[in-house]
Amino acid sequence: MATTTHDTPEPSRRDFLTIATIATGAVGVGSLAWPFIDQMEPDASALALSSIEVDISQIQPGQIVTVKWRGKPVFIRNRTDKEMAELKNTPPGDMKDPQPDSARVKKGHENLLVVVGVCTHLGCIPLGHSGSFDGWFCPCHGSVYDASGRIRKGPAPLNLAVPEYAFLNDKTIKIG
Amino acid sequence: MSGHSTYVPGTAFERWLEKRLPIISLVHDSFVSFPTPKNLNYFWTFGAILSAMLGWQILTGMVLAMHYAANDAVAFASVEHIMRDVNYGWLLRYGHANGASFFFIAVYIHIFRGLYFGSYKEPREVLWILGMIIFLLMMATGFMGYVLPWGQMSFWGATVITNLFSAIPLVGSSIVTWLWGGFSVGDPTLNRFFSLHYLLPFMIAGVVILHVWALHVVGQNNPAGIEPKSTEDTVPFTPYATSKDVFATVVFFVIFAWFIFYVPNYTGDPDNYIEANPLATPAHIEPEWYFLPFYAILRSIPDKLGGVLCMFGAIAVLFVLPWLDTSKVRSATYRPLYRQFFWILVIVSVGLGWLGAQPPEGGYVIASRLFTAYYFIHFLVILPLLGLIETPKPLPTSISEAVLAKNGHQPAHT
Repeated sequence: MATTTHDTPEPSRRDFLTIATIATGAVGVGSLAWPFIDQMEPDASALALSSIEVDISQIQPGQIVTVKWRGKPVFIRNRTDKEMAELKNTPPGDMKDPQPDSARVKKGHENLLVVVGVCTHLGCIPLGHSGSFDGWFCPCHGSVYDASGRIRKGPAPLNLAVPEYAFLNDKTIKIG
Repeated sequence: MSGHSTYVPGTAFERWLEKRLPIISLVHDSFVSFPTPKNLNYFWTFGAILSAMLGWQILTGMVLAMHYAANDAVAFASVEHIMRDVNYGWLLRYGHANGASFFFIAVYIHIFRGLYFGSYKEPREVLWILGMIIFLLMMATGFMGYVLPWGQMSFWGATVITNLFSAIPLVGSSIVTWLWGGFSVGDPTLNRFFSLHYLLPFMIAGVVILHVWALHVVGQNNPAGIEPKSTEDTVPFTPYATSKDVFATVVFFVIFAWFIFYVPNYTGDPDNYIEANPLATPAHIEPEWYFLPFYAILRSIPDKLGGVLCMFGAIAVLFVLPWLDTSKVRSATYRPLYRQFFWILVIVSVGLGWLGAQPPEGGYVIASRLFTAYYFIHFLVILPLLGLIETPKPLPTSISEAVLAKNGHQPAHT
């Protein structure tokens, strides 16, 4: 080649073999590392417990019921008419994670709120019927949620998560 | 570790071994004939105290592991079993739990010693960074060890700290699930923390060897912050440093023993005697005292990712400290301005620790923010500027001169 000089000799057979050996070794080490990394993921027994059914017919207006799902609490809150009216009157515009209350419930069951009871800051369990918005208050770092589980004050970045759930009939929901 | 060894093999066996593995001469050169500055004060004994604490923690931890069961159904009960049934179990567990606190007391004194006397400055940057790596490993070990008793603070401490990683954009929650081995802190988490809690101390021991190696390459700093110039300025490690180290270690362990025997739960949280309950967070959650300053920094930032970044940044800034401090003068003894800012930093750090234990509301939050801001300003603004504007006091020409200046201007009479 025209650019070849005595200082930069043509790549030799040995260079090729060195690079090929290193590349093969890297692929081997990488694929052997994967089982060691992947064994830390949730195992089959943890994944098997991924959905539950809950009877909601006994939850009184104003009551919050906590059920355990995937090792975490899920809050099911039957909200009173007064709470519903208050939520209707607060536009979500200036919230940290703006979301209308209607987007967080199922149609026809607007009074029933189902949220994962884990603070979106660092994972503590917020206390119900507490805080300045009568929703939840997280005792760890002071995040305040409203009756729709939306973050209103404090360090948490997101609203309490709404898990995947469906009404099997008027009395039962299936979470997960 | 460099230069010619002064070790002379005394016996035929030592001569035989020396030709095959020169381990006796290595120990001799490192811990017997090694020249140490003759002006070292008691703050220089904390390296030895820390080595003793590491040994004590490994010893007590090893035997505790013979009685402990890392399973979420029985972990809490197995710790009570150690306390009530195992012979001397109470001594071993209280010794190990308080040992963590005293390990951190010693390491904080050791670090602030380095800050005051400029031990991180050229040519000791690598020595300092290795020390910071040990500090990080200690924090990881202490955190995972605290999870093992599976009390309420264990569980919720683990939840809060692992959730720090959920602040990472995009992959955060996947990383947290991977760390947990489930959808919340649970049995798989406890098991892996036990495994790692047993592993990390040996990694600490490995980095300690590098730390001591680096120390023996560059030599010890000293209160005057100037290099030894002649054999006049140094004394052999044995007996001078060894006897001082042993004495200081004994005094340290007397205080430590007082805690073990008389106030064994002083540094602990009573909530950790309640078994872990995944459905109820304790009303007031706080980490062990040695994490409180960092916890205060985390809570002071009203943004999740920002809080996590500042908390890790508070440690990261220490890694680059050798390049932030622009002053060539090491010891604060000869830096009139730096000495004042050093004590302000001590007060701010202790203050952050106190604030970390207060509820996250009102004036406490404002104070935490001010103190957090000052902590970073100290390292990122004050230290770089101070080296440019400060006029240091004249340095002594030698360590001997510094010693004589302090203890009468005439040479000691013999």
